[in-house]
Amino acid sequence: MATIELQKVEKKFAELHAVKPMDLTIQDGEFVVLLGPSGCGKTTTLRMISGLETVTGGKILLNQRDVTWLHPSQRDIAFVFQFYALYPHISARDNISFPLRAQGESKEEIEKQVKEVSALLRIEHLLNQRPGNLSGGDQQRVALARALVRRPAAFLMDEPLGALDAEFRESMRAEIKRLHIDQHATTVYVTHDQIEAMALGDRIVVMSEAVVQQIGTAAEVYYNPANLFVARFIGSPGMNLVTGHYVDGVVTIPGTQNRFSLPVGWRKPVDETLKESKEIILGFRPEAAQLNNAGKLSGEVYASELQGAFAVLHVNVNSDDIVHIRTDRVINYPIDTVVHFDLNPEMVRFFDPQSEAAIQPEVGA
Amino acid sequence: MANFEQTGPGKPVLEATRVDKVTPGYRLGHNLRALIVVLLAIVGLIPVFVIVITAFKTRPDAIHVPPKLIFTPSLEGLVFLFTERASASPSRLEELKKAAEEVQLGLVDRIALNAGQEITGPSDYVFRLRNSLIIAGISTLLSVVLAIFSAYAFSRYGVKGKGDLLFFILSTRMLPAVVVTVPLFLMYTQLKLHDTHLGMILLYTVFNLSLAVWLMKGFFDEIPREYEEAALVDGYTRMQAFFKIVLPQAVTGIAATTVFCLIFAWNEYAFALMLTSEKARTAPPSIATMLGIGGIEWTAIAAGSLGFLIPVVIVTFALRNYLLRGVTFGAVRK
Repeated sequence: MATIELQKVEKKFAELHAVKPMDLTIQDGEFVVLLGPSGCGKTTTLRMISGLETVTGGKILLNQRDVTWLHPSQRDIAFVFQFYALYPHISARDNISFPLRAQGESKEEIEKQVKEVSALLRIEHLLNQRPGNLSGGDQQRVALARALVRRPAAFLMDEPLGALDAEFRESMRAEIKRLHIDQHATTVYVTHDQIEAMALGDRIVVMSEAVVQQIGTAAEVYYNPANLFVARFIGSPGMNLVTGHYVDGVVTIPGTQNRFSLPVGWRKPVDETLKESKEIILGFRPEAAQLNNAGKLSGEVYASELQGAFAVLHVNVNSDDIVHIRTDRVINYPIDTVVHFDLNPEMVRFFDPQSEAAIQPEVGA
Repeated sequence: MANFEQTGPGKPVLEATRVDKVTPGYRLGHNLRALIVVLLAIVGLIPVFVIVITAFKTRPDAIHVPPKLIFTPSLEGLVFLFTERASASPSRLEELKKAAEEVQLGLVDRIALNAGQEITGPSDYVFRLRNSLIIAGISTLLSVVLAIFSAYAFSRYGVKGKGDLLFFILSTRMLPAVVVTVPLFLMYTQLKLHDTHLGMILLYTVFNLSLAVWLMKGFFDEIPREYEEAALVDGYTRMQAFFKIVLPQAVTGIAATTVFCLIFAWNEYAFALMLTSEKARTAPPSIATMLGIGGIEWTAIAAGSLGFLIPVVIVTFALRNYLLRGVTFGAVRK
């Protein structure tokens, strides 16, 4: 098992800065998810770690060993591809044993290893099949087995569930989680699906436009997004962001009677950050708002969506901003009626519209 | 039509198809088109049919007008094809007839005798066919092997001036062979490549390479890079990945390319006529110029063409499944 360290790693293609210099240290046994929209540089980063892509600058260390310019086969890492990349002309068994044969293992040893890993992934009955005859989920299991069988220092996975049906995706997600807990292998996992990222990652690296936006646990990126991008990208729906006027500890939403006083611990940092500017962005998660007839904030119902266990209410707080509020599903809210709500003061966040960065509350407040 | 809209096709439809494809009008049109295709195929096969029957006719039957469809089969064409003959003088003819009656004469000699001729030795047809096999076989092998490597490079690496190079490669196919035969003839005479196997192999290899590179590149482009990348991280070198992973998946393309190259090299006429005379002369120009003592020997020419068809038919038939994908390459996703 291994630690992975990226030091100022960057990648430029002819006209495109695909990954701007990034630092990342991954602990032994950690499951790190690179999350971001397509084209953000997450796959390029993964490919640089594997050696399938060269770096333009910076260093990659694997177990403190500089592997930046090492051939992929010398890095002792396994790569799981989105479209499995199983060799179509040989059986599942031969696919799984392929990396072992590169190492020149004995026949008995190979047999033993293949048996072990296929028992772990419950694919013993499929070993004689060609990949083309297997379902997507089984193909990905074979691909995982091929990665696992060598006991590599680290696993790199590039959207391994992206090509699966929704039904398979959830069960495979749980399987990958179990596998990681059992094997405790250092894993770097790329996805654009924030639910997958939150479910799997010990830490999540949120990327956008070639830049790392935030590195943190699922809870950190969800509750304490570092900037507006992370606030919008994480969560479904994302964080509600409303632009307001800030005067003396009170945020007023323009054109409305909606006023919100800063909770304890925010006054000082907000004053310091905003200085002369009077604009501020108020952020809160849909579940941070509680409907309450005596609530201090109000808006008109724009639409309401039943999502099963709960409903999401779209509320116009002024002509520009619609916020999403999570409600109990049994209550029916007709369109255009006025609803009142309060915000849980502990779950409110503030952002500086100029820098788009989050304002941090005073510690211990 | 109105009736169809009320009653439907009258029997259950057990295939995936649109409603308008089971109307009586559509079916009629479909059958008509199928009939036309069958007729065209028959028209296309008429020359082959004529070659086959002529190969088993006697000379009088072969030149008979109108052509005879019913005749007594004869091995005359085959015998003429493989032998050199001379017309026998009347006295010699008597002698031979007597020998034939006393069963001292073999079957082959007797067939020649029926046409009033005496066999003087073997013909050079077998020799020409052997030249064809050597030249077509080796040049096909060379162009396919060279094409595999260069097409792979064009497909996977950022070769400088890739587009120009590919266009340049194809340009060898842009003029008819006859246009370049004269300069080639002069060049080959100077280089002492005229009428040599090496000269013909080189020429056909170069000529086939353009088509082969383009075909193979199409096939390599279809093989996802992830396969090689998976092999690379699994501990294999680029070369090992190529031989163990890429090549087995390109078998279809290799087979199709082989057939196309072989057919060209096997059938090539103009270059062979101009650039060979004796030692390296291939079958196509020699069949066409098969002149016997009694004028043009149609039966021998037909028999020679038939023998010439057989090797390509066998190879094409053996690789027919690959060929179908070969001609539709790029259009079909795996």
